[in-house]
Amino acid sequence: MLDLKSMTRRPEFAAFVGTLFVFIFFAYFGWPTFVTSLVIAGWLNVAAELGLIALPVALVMIAGHLDLSVGSLLAAGAMTYAIITGYFGLPDIIGLPAGLAVGTFFGFLNGLIVTKTKLSSFIVTLSMLFGLRGLVFGVTRLTTSTVLVSVEVSEMVRSTFGGRIYKTFENAIVLWVIMAIVVSWILYKTIYGNWIFALGGDETAARAAGVPTDRVTIWLFMGSGFGAALLGVTQVALFGSAQVSAGQSYVFYSIIAVVVGGVLLTGGYGSPVGVIFGTMTFAIVSQGIYSTGWDSDWASLILGLLLLVAVLSNNTFRRLALSATDKAETPKAKPKPNQAPSEFTVTKEATNE
Amino acid sequence: MNEKRTPYISVENVSKVFGGYAALNDVSLEIHQGEVLCLLGDNGAGKSTLIKVLAGFHQPTSGIIRIEGREQPISSPRDAAALGISTVHQFGGTFPLMALERSFFVGMEPTKRWGPFKVFDRKKAGEIVVREMQAMGITRITDGGRLVGSLSGGERQVSAIARAVFFGAKVLVLDEPTAALGVKESAHVLRIIMQAKNRGLAVVLVTHNVTHAMTVGDHFAVLIHGMKADDFAKGERTRAEITDLMAGGEAMAELEAELAELSGAGKPSTSD
Repeated sequence: MLDLKSMTRRPEFAAFVGTLFVFIFFAYFGWPTFVTSLVIAGWLNVAAELGLIALPVALVMIAGHLDLSVGSLLAAGAMTYAIITGYFGLPDIIGLPAGLAVGTFFGFLNGLIVTKTKLSSFIVTLSMLFGLRGLVFGVTRLTTSTVLVSVEVSEMVRSTFGGRIYKTFENAIVLWVIMAIVVSWILYKTIYGNWIFALGGDETAARAAGVPTDRVTIWLFMGSGFGAALLGVTQVALFGSAQVSAGQSYVFYSIIAVVVGGVLLTGGYGSPVGVIFGTMTFAIVSQGIYSTGWDSDWASLILGLLLLVAVLSNNTFRRLALSATDKAETPKAKPKPNQAPSEFTVTKEATNE
Repeated sequence: MNEKRTPYISVENVSKVFGGYAALNDVSLEIHQGEVLCLLGDNGAGKSTLIKVLAGFHQPTSGIIRIEGREQPISSPRDAAALGISTVHQFGGTFPLMALERSFFVGMEPTKRWGPFKVFDRKKAGEIVVREMQAMGITRITDGGRLVGSLSGGERQVSAIARAVFFGAKVLVLDEPTAALGVKESAHVLRIIMQAKNRGLAVVLVTHNVTHAMTVGDHFAVLIHGMKADDFAKGERTRAEITDLMAGGEAMAELEAELAELSGAGKPSTSD
């Protein structure tokens, strides 16, 4: 995996440089606060939470789609869990899976609409973002007549989804690691990973090659729905309540993390490792700012610039990857050993297997 | 080359109408194994529509398609693939940002067992792709991990053909394979086409280039405005006749007369 020679050509290299840069930047300006375990936990927690959404969203984006609906998917998952356990008093064992299922279901709906109508996923998931937000508000108010539902989280859920390690590191970090392994496994190790790259590269060609493009698209949207709902229920387990307006900021945060992580906006290129770096970069900037003593408003400026620089440098690194690879070869070295004059004879060397 | 044998594909009186406009009008063709059928015609003559019908992207409005004599609709790209019909597009129909070893196997990935899981066998994929490319004369490729986009146009075209041949295609449909290539690369691609033909594949070559067509073609069909204007075997027409047909006949003759007047020269020299 880590071949030094080809490392600079890997999609995650630029993302790694970005993370390293912001880490050194904040370690310098935020010294010594920035390296205390509390601050490290602070940005790791943010990264872990965002990572639960960013990783499956990265797969959607590598496949050439966007998912802007994650904010409402998160709220729907969280609210379902909170209403079932907190309001109706049913056990976690029902509420939590139901929350995950609702998020996954609306993800499925996204995928179904995108593949059936051939509309751009930008529009479909934007509609879902607003439509589902309205639905969550409406249903929550109708059933509970509030917009905030408290939950008595059971010990079992607290020790897995919610809760903190040493009172600082959220359990979400463990979920993030699992999510990273699963997503990387799918993309690198399974044949579905190949289909996802192909789908993002050229959908028509992928379909012509026999990839069930519609099915893959639907699965990927279900994945991001699941990821969003997973973060939703995790936050409920952590904070003991769910709000209808939760999660809206993750719509853009996830896109920033994925793009800074080196995924091509138009699809076909990217890596989960890069997205992990992108997520950490985002988290370091948004949390590191507090250890510098500067006004936290500056974090947004840095993130904005970073996004721009990331896209520019990604383009450069991608060009690097597309250019010549073997150092030995000169540009002039043409593939044919046998010279081919314009009036060549075709039949002679026709079957030189 | 017995003319009486059953063609692998026969297209019989196929028409394709898009919103009142007949992109294909009563076209019949025979595609034989071990032969190169050149599909000639100007832009908009219906060549693309015809190959999309063969590739399962379009369904004919009327007419039928037979495979080895049996009536057999090609209702999806998957159907086409199952029937051994493989279409290669102008730019190789591949994925520029994918590694060659990934792109080559899209939809047909080799797998190996890894504990309880079945995983994509990238090592094997890399070995196969390097071997197949080398066999096609692209000796520069020694690493299956290089991105498709780093290959030249001809190399991409060859990789797409290699892919089709490797997966046992019986019919190779090539859409303008040499249109974007230089002379040497075109020659290489044409040589690969001959290799495929000699292996017993049927090749349908769509091209604008009369020279390329005459170099490798065994049989020719000319489409004009969705209709088959002519259909002939190798040697039955002169280059001038073919060029005229492709350009719509009279128009080309007039243009040539005009040009001859302007430059004081005769018709452009032809090598055939």
